[in-house]
Amino acid sequence: MTERPSAGAGRSGGGERLTRWLVSLPPTLFLLLFFLAPALLMLAASFRQPGDFGGLAPLLVDGRLNLSLETYRFFFGDWIYAEIFLRSFLVAAATTLICLLLAYPLALLIARSERRRRDVLVLLVILPFASNFLIRVYAWIIVLGPFDLLYTPLAVIAGMVYVHLPFMILPLYTNLEKHDPALLEAAQDLGAGGWTRFRRITLPLSMPGIWSGSALVFIPVLGMFAIPELLGGTRDILVGNLIKEQFLDNRDWPLGSTLSMLLTAAVLALAAIAVRAGRPRRGTA
Amino acid sequence: MALLEIRNLTRCFGDFKAVDDVSLSIEAGEFFTLLGPSGCGKTTILRMIAGFDEPDGGELLLDGRSLAGIAPEKRPVHTVFQSYALFPHMTVAQNIAFPLQMAGTEHAEITARVRQTLDLVHLVDKARQFPHELSGGQKQRVALARGLINKPRLLLLDEPLGALDAKLREQMKDELIALQREVGITFVFVTHAQQEALAISHRIAVMNEGRIEQVGAPEQIYGYPKNRFVADFIGTINLLPVAVDSVGEGALRLSAAGLGAITCAAASGVGVGEHGVLALRPEQLALLAGNERHGFDNHFVGTVRDQLYLGDVTVYRVALDNGVVLEALLANCLPGRARSLAPGDVVVVGWPRDAGVLLHD
Repeated sequence: MTERPSAGAGRSGGGERLTRWLVSLPPTLFLLLFFLAPALLMLAASFRQPGDFGGLAPLLVDGRLNLSLETYRFFFGDWIYAEIFLRSFLVAAATTLICLLLAYPLALLIARSERRRRDVLVLLVILPFASNFLIRVYAWIIVLGPFDLLYTPLAVIAGMVYVHLPFMILPLYTNLEKHDPALLEAAQDLGAGGWTRFRRITLPLSMPGIWSGSALVFIPVLGMFAIPELLGGTRDILVGNLIKEQFLDNRDWPLGSTLSMLLTAAVLALAAIAVRAGRPRRGTA
Repeated sequence: MALLEIRNLTRCFGDFKAVDDVSLSIEAGEFFTLLGPSGCGKTTILRMIAGFDEPDGGELLLDGRSLAGIAPEKRPVHTVFQSYALFPHMTVAQNIAFPLQMAGTEHAEITARVRQTLDLVHLVDKARQFPHELSGGQKQRVALARGLINKPRLLLLDEPLGALDAKLREQMKDELIALQREVGITFVFVTHAQQEALAISHRIAVMNEGRIEQVGAPEQIYGYPKNRFVADFIGTINLLPVAVDSVGEGALRLSAAGLGAITCAAASGVGVGEHGVLALRPEQLALLAGNERHGFDNHFVGTVRDQLYLGDVTVYRVALDNGVVLEALLANCLPGRARSLAPGDVVVVGWPRDAGVLLHD
């Protein structure tokens, strides 16, 4: 059987392949070791039994595997967990939407300002990262306190939006900045007014930016526990808090792992939908 | 009444006068070209007609009505952009339908007219493709179709052939001419390529440094350039410094330093003693062997300096006795005779009296 010619056919083929391997090996190892392995450990932990003082009970008891579906049964047996999941999704959705509405005009403004000023404006957007995240959230306690808004769902969403706004602005800006201004001129030339130009040209071309910004906000918000803990009331706990509680307070690692796994599954399902919907249509920037 | 009347149009960017007191009138159905080197103001004029730029002085009248203060989207003027500016997220059919949708045309009519227009530009089978799947020439035709479909009063074309390779450019030239004839819409075409302008235009305005140097039909511009800039910019030309000796019945007697008398067809407004240049196109000059018999009014001996073989023609550079070097073309009618003259050969350069144009200083 003859060998199919490869892209890098010729003498350099072997060397090229080796280089590719060497370059991709470290990140692959890193991901396997620090991402896939812990995820699998957690998946396994979700079927195990809690240890007496946290941690996990021995895997083998009397020569038999000590595994069960108990935690999953527990989760699906009580409406309260589904409710917390649902609430978390609603908070994440609201945060994403508000971030989008705030970030879009700002990203557009930056993308359409003079080239020299853009860098300064982008720098201002990421400036909050220069100070510690927790300190910034604590600052919100001082801000919201006098308005009697502290420990309300509103405070949680305000904090979430504040913290995640840059993650929406940056991908949107990166997308909008690449748009060819000639397209808007062409649309105007062919009879499109300002709003129509936005709706028919700018908005559809920015869909990839909207999707990636939304993913970058939605997913971290879903698992966030610090903000609801600091700014939210006791009735406003989210999945993040629930998981943290299992590990740190209730010492029920298997339940915590189960909750994590279910959250991950939900996020992956959503991401799959988002990737499908947001797949850059042919030709979009 | 002219379709588009440009009156004393002026546009400044800081101290720089991009367009300087330009007046033109463009008739309905015309294929009109603004020709000039880059930076001469031709694109600025186009942008003011489209409405993307406002004049600092003068006015634009379309069908007798001023365009001042009318937004680009409200003008019955469409543009074919140099980069085509096709909407990348829309199919060919959607791109072409866009102007009709903007005009609020009914759905059924849009479908019919898109089909008709696709047919006009031979792109029916590409209707569902996206712009990035098309070749340069196909993109060009989509841009044209999109500009034409809503029947604008004027179609502006900003160097639309600039991005195409030479072969395709030739073909698109022919298509543009045919298309314009078929739709009958007035085209205002901007280019810096003089060959292109000569081939496709009904009339050409030659521009330089924001001003119009000459307006006329291609053969007028080429055959009777008004000044040195036009003569030099369009095609190749030999400039022979001369002085006017006498003005006679139907002919001028000129003298060139170191050469002698030259006879040239009479021109108006020429006085004895004036200095200028006689502009001669390379193809107007005949090259003859020293002993050949001929009937040219003007003939001078020269030496072949060098030659440039171009396939269809060979260009010879011949130095006259007074040191002036003239370029002459010989068509290569017979293969094998292409290089009949060699550097160092002594030849006679001859031209009839009605060849050449006298340009005053």
